[in-house]
Amino acid sequence: MNPLIAKSRPASSALALAKVSGNPSWLGLVGATVCVIWLLVALFGPWLAPHPVGEVISDNIFEGFSLAHPFGTDYLGRDMLSRVLVGARFTVGLSLVAALLASTFGTGCALLSVVSPKWLDEIISRIMDAFISIPSKMLALIMVSAFGSSVTLLICTAVISYIPGSFRVARSMAVNIEALEYVQVARTRGEGKLYVACREILPNMLNPVLTDLGLRFGYIVLLLSGMSFLGLGVQPPDADLGSLVRENIGGLNQGAMAIIIPALAIGTLTIGVNLLIDYLSSRRGRRSGGH
Amino acid sequence: MTQLIRVEDLRVVAGDPGSEVEIVKGVSFALEKGEVLALIGESGSGKTTIALALLGYARRGCRLSGGVVQVGEHDMLALNEKQLQGLRGNRVSYIAQSAAAAFNPAKKLLDQVVEGPLIHGLGTRAELEAKAIGLFRDLALPNPERIGRRYPHQVSGGQLQRVMAAMALISDPLLVVLDEPTTALDVTTQIDVLRAFKRVVRERGATAVYVSHDLAVVAQMADQIVVLNGGQILEQSATAPLLKAPTHEYTRSLLAAARPDTGIRPPCGVAEEGPLLTITGLTAGYGNKNLHGMPAIRVLEDIDLTVRRGQAIGVIGESGSGKSTLARVVAGLLTPALGGLTFDGQPLGGSLSERTPEQFRRIQMVFQNADTALNPMHSVANILSRPLKMYFGLKGAALQARIGELLDLVRLPRDMAERRPNELSGGQKQRVNLARALAAKPDLILCDEVTSALDTVVGAAILELLRDLRQQLGVSYLFISHDISTVRALCDDIVVMYSGHKVHAGRRESFAEAPYHPYTDLLIHSVPELRQGWLETCGATHGELPPIGERANLPELCTFLNRCPVRVDGLCNRTAPKRRTLDNGSEILCHRDGADLLATQRGVTTTSFGAYA
Repeated sequence: MNPLIAKSRPASSALALAKVSGNPSWLGLVGATVCVIWLLVALFGPWLAPHPVGEVISDNIFEGFSLAHPFGTDYLGRDMLSRVLVGARFTVGLSLVAALLASTFGTGCALLSVVSPKWLDEIISRIMDAFISIPSKMLALIMVSAFGSSVTLLICTAVISYIPGSFRVARSMAVNIEALEYVQVARTRGEGKLYVACREILPNMLNPVLTDLGLRFGYIVLLLSGMSFLGLGVQPPDADLGSLVRENIGGLNQGAMAIIIPALAIGTLTIGVNLLIDYLSSRRGRRSGGH
Repeated sequence: MTQLIRVEDLRVVAGDPGSEVEIVKGVSFALEKGEVLALIGESGSGKTTIALALLGYARRGCRLSGGVVQVGEHDMLALNEKQLQGLRGNRVSYIAQSAAAAFNPAKKLLDQVVEGPLIHGLGTRAELEAKAIGLFRDLALPNPERIGRRYPHQVSGGQLQRVMAAMALISDPLLVVLDEPTTALDVTTQIDVLRAFKRVVRERGATAVYVSHDLAVVAQMADQIVVLNGGQILEQSATAPLLKAPTHEYTRSLLAAARPDTGIRPPCGVAEEGPLLTITGLTAGYGNKNLHGMPAIRVLEDIDLTVRRGQAIGVIGESGSGKSTLARVVAGLLTPALGGLTFDGQPLGGSLSERTPEQFRRIQMVFQNADTALNPMHSVANILSRPLKMYFGLKGAALQARIGELLDLVRLPRDMAERRPNELSGGQKQRVNLARALAAKPDLILCDEVTSALDTVVGAAILELLRDLRQQLGVSYLFISHDISTVRALCDDIVVMYSGHKVHAGRRESFAEAPYHPYTDLLIHSVPELRQGWLETCGATHGELPPIGERANLPELCTFLNRCPVRVDGLCNRTAPKRRTLDNGSEILCHRDGADLLATQRGVTTTSFGAYA
């Protein structure tokens, strides 16, 4: 081999390394912190709550900040801190489970449809098209009016609403990756469909899929909150963050803490999750050279 | 001062402040008015960076850190962005490698050509359009009055490249920078584009900087050559002395690599008698199938081919000739519509599901583009271990030992095993790609343009490796390339394809002398030679084609009819050609017989074949 070639190395890897070390991702850190805090609240919230969730502990409604009630009181005079701590478990838990299920199932179907024969791909795609044509709020309303509201039903509704979107995004990426030469090489090597799907295609589409998961988590939080706001979500005396907003809507004209706090909670939760996921996918992207 | 362009101690750095890497390390050269200077070197040598610096431009992440770039009366490094904008596309202009990516697909060509000068206020629209049409004519574009009204996707790649040249020249710039303008074109197209460029540059007295990795192309275009490597000038002189007596070792390696068939020859006595792969009457294509099971777009028509054990067969042809499709059919990625494959005496299934694991192992494919052929999420060790585990069930120390052996075989250091593909250079990636195929201990390797995306020197090293592997392991190749000299360096037999037909097949030696199929003749004489003045004297695509009447409505008619310089009216456009065997043993698909072809081809071949002998 020519000595000049042997010595030559791509200059880009050195540059890429310099970029990684010289770029502290404080946004990612903020996202991670927010997510961890919400996860802890969801796990331990009910035990941390100073008062039982349904107990009226004050004569004053829509009370502002005080030492006894750091988040004030709600429209019945219940302790807002306790209600948020308990409500977070519903919102975070339900949304997380629903988003994970929707993304896993959607991506799984996408991979299946890409590696399977054309007829199966057609069937899966058309079923998904049928689902995508139903507005998610309408579906949720029909489900609740038909079967009554329960935690399982809410999760099912959210999952059914968000699978088709996740499938569409994942399938379009998987189709592109499937056409790449390394996948063709694997196929001509005689690899099974499962290997091609999980080892060749999936790792290369995981970044966008994760980003999509974050987006979908945000949507599901909003969907569940919206449902609760309409009174069709989590039923009293329990409450998720959405129901807390609805219950205390009367305090809006007074600028009560009782409505600002749960609204802020929903906001920080969705933003935090998205910051974290962006950070994670950019880190994975850099390791593989921006793919 | 007659020097129009003066570059002195130019330095360009890349990276973030504090951790900058110098990628151009003090380059100086000068150029007089009307001269063409070539910057030549492999990728990463800094040639494009220098060319862009002439426009006062640095790519993102790069910075022009020192030196002087003087173009006419302008000091390009001292000007601010606004002043530079006034010069670019006006006094200095740029022709990029990929014309397809440089044009806006939503606007007509003429509008895009006159857009720049209109912005700079160099004339009215009518004046500029007239000038553009004049340039189209000079660049030998067909139908110059009307071609400007087309959209970019409606003209061919070679034509688009010439329209881009018109766009660059319309403002009568002091300096034109051409960045690998013909690299992406077929050889037969490249020759037309080069001729057009050369004529316009000479006639208009333009000063040009020509960036290329191909010495033979540069030899036709340039008055002066600057050889670059690693951001430094290794050698700089006028074209003739540099070609005749290169002083630097690197220039010599470039010269040797430019025509691999002069240095590398296929090994003798490796090929055995027994057939390994037999293809009979193969027809295949893409798109929906009709009632008879024939695909809508037929890419391969009635192909017969035999690869013997240990033999290397080269398949050449321009883009769209169906040569890659042939490899895809053999690999099982595309099911043939007609015809059958036989591998080592056993029928070979058309689709992947009909093949046995043993057949999978024995046929391996190596793709052109190592960037997309290696999974970016897997390490080299991971990539190599998969076939080893799958076919041989290797584990633990045995697996590691075999990975090491494979890396040795393709001459890569063993510590590369833990790297990811994006941490390797193009040549290294191609070696990993090859190692993965070798891991299966195959009998047949399908090589699809494996050296085309590489620099000439790196490509020549890969060719040498392929030759040695064949000698060592007795593996057969189906080697697909658009470059006849690459194929001659490696293969015993050569097959020429044109729009899905096998038009010419014969021993390697029979491609050294006429007669050939008319298309082979065109192909061979379109490969630029390493001597000045070749472009002016070469015979290919010269002159008018003989006139023919209306063609009969027969699908089997000769596909080369529209471009054939020896076509016969009443015969070629009326009846389908048949296969005939020439005296030297090769087989062609043509109406003309050997004596006919020899008479038309002898005149040009004798003069230009010295370079290959």
